[in-house]
Amino acid sequence: MVIGIPRGFLYYKHETLWKGFFDALGITYLISPKTNQEILDRGNEFAIDEACLSSKVYLGHVHWLIEKCDKVFVPRISSYGMDGEVCTKFPALFDLVTNTFADQEIELIHYNMDFRNADAEAPGFVKLGKLLGKSRTKSLRAYLIAKQGEKTQQILEGNKVREAMEQNGLKILVAGHAYNLHDPYLGTPVFEMLKKLDTIPISAARVHDKEIHRASHQISQNIPWVFNRELVGTIAHYQRKIDGIILITAFPCGPDSLINELVLRRIKNPPVLQLILDGQEGTAGMETRLESFIDIIRFKKEGYYDKI
Amino acid sequence: MTKYKVSFPHLGNYYVPLERLFTRGLDVEYVVPPAITKKTLELGSLHSPDYICAPFKFNMGNYIETIEKGADTLVQTGGVCRLRYYGELQSQIIKDLGHDVRFITLSRGALSKPVTLYQSFKEINPAMSVKQIGSTLPVVMTMIESMDKVEDFVRKNSGFQKAPGVLETVQEDFMQRLRRTDSKKDVKKLYKKTTDHLLEIPLDKPKNPIRVGVIGEYYTIMEPFSNHDIEKELAKKGIVVDRWVNLTNTLLRKDWKRKKRVRRYTKYFMGATSMFTVDQGLRFAKQKYDGIIHVKSFGCTPEMDAMPVLQNISRDYKIPILYFTFDSQTSDTGIQTRLEAFYDMIMMRKGGLL
Repeated sequence: MVIGIPRGFLYYKHETLWKGFFDALGITYLISPKTNQEILDRGNEFAIDEACLSSKVYLGHVHWLIEKCDKVFVPRISSYGMDGEVCTKFPALFDLVTNTFADQEIELIHYNMDFRNADAEAPGFVKLGKLLGKSRTKSLRAYLIAKQGEKTQQILEGNKVREAMEQNGLKILVAGHAYNLHDPYLGTPVFEMLKKLDTIPISAARVHDKEIHRASHQISQNIPWVFNRELVGTIAHYQRKIDGIILITAFPCGPDSLINELVLRRIKNPPVLQLILDGQEGTAGMETRLESFIDIIRFKKEGYYDKI
Repeated sequence: MTKYKVSFPHLGNYYVPLERLFTRGLDVEYVVPPAITKKTLELGSLHSPDYICAPFKFNMGNYIETIEKGADTLVQTGGVCRLRYYGELQSQIIKDLGHDVRFITLSRGALSKPVTLYQSFKEINPAMSVKQIGSTLPVVMTMIESMDKVEDFVRKNSGFQKAPGVLETVQEDFMQRLRRTDSKKDVKKLYKKTTDHLLEIPLDKPKNPIRVGVIGEYYTIMEPFSNHDIEKELAKKGIVVDRWVNLTNTLLRKDWKRKKRVRRYTKYFMGATSMFTVDQGLRFAKQKYDGIIHVKSFGCTPEMDAMPVLQNISRDYKIPILYFTFDSQTSDTGIQTRLEAFYDMIMMRKGGLL
């Protein structure tokens, strides 16, 4: 049996965990290719027109997998318990995919994470193992191995960010959801452009750190969404070490529409740029905005504005 | 001591029970926001982020207009979607505009946990008394229930009155009198009188009228200005308009069987109001209504996730569904054209032409 994993949404958060779990159980899996125009087109065909760009990309990935594997892996994650909740897209994702592809022969496999009904991560994975025909102990062992891998990876990512912060040069913090920033079609071009402009782009979207969660309180006390809390936390935590912040969001992301506005209103130094990705081809517009943003930061640093 | 002047954004006609709750229950003055107009919406959109949902813009407009009217305390509720974070950003925007007002967010309060509710009320007026609020809450609940029932009756029958506008006049009169009632008994007496009056009004209702159900997002469905009075437009064409979403059904009553009813379409809870939408859509479909209208504000994620489910219901039960998305546009023409086409289509279906 081949399990298909769509390369979208929480894949970018839980890549290590999911792959590690299936590897430990000896189950073959197929990951959809990196996002490209064709996948986005497929997503556009099936998604509601005004849905957010990330969800269109996700549906495109699911559609790509349909005929190539036996079951598609679409987990339902409703909250992360004490860490916070998620956008309503994630609890609805399982039913959304089922209903969107109701005409096609698609079989889903999932685990459910919902702390309100006492469905934590570990029992969810045990149930998932049961669906795959594995025993309780085997799946629990696989989960623990995979979870350890995920934790190690998070620590490594944290170290990487900390190292990058100590470098000399123009450091730009790129803040946004992991599934937008690390998507090769959506976020990666921004990183490449920033590198071309001779700056150091830093992303902390994959760091999971209690310290960062606490730091978010400096900007806003009660952010309900865990990913946005991390985003705001990194901004608050590294505010003094960086030269500029770029907020990347996919149009029209619900939580971001509020949080980004709040960040723009509450953070005055360093300068903040909001980039909205809307899946249009061509990057000229984005390049111009990035260039002028970096120019402004450079001028400011060199004291150009004080001279005139 | 001068009393606080508290205000809460408009939601349909619910300012009447809210006024009671604040003036009698919390012993503060209540500033009724000026009726929503184009100006309110323009003011609100000007000071809101671009791609936020429309209710935020309406609320923002209400706040700015009530501050001009003299309010010094603004209240925002909590919710299960973006709504729960509205308060934080709105208070920041109002502060940035230079208004010096208190802003209170009730997002911690939940009806199921009375203690949290008490704490939120305490924030509005620290000198409130539990006894007072305890005696006012039942009256407020009765008011909400009776006004919802009256509204429901008017909605279903408004299209069939012999002299147009009579039902609405009675309803307005009822709302005015409701503001002056004193106790639970008064409210019930007034409700009885009004229903007697409503039932006397001559109706010209066919045996098998066209029935259309309205479902959708919480604010847009309940605030007539934000959905361009879609219910009245429908009723004018001689249609029974059915809407389940109101405060009585969603806040005051619990339905434990909903999850079981929608199991065929959704395995899990899909967030916020999407379960109401799916459940009611399914009910209208099963009861063989002639059509369903789905309304939401732009970018409402829970309702958007419910749409593929509705599409499946529409296909399985052969019931037409019209989807409306509202933002801060103010022109009625496009909406009316779509409504008329929808009406023609259900008429032709009813007549067996399609």
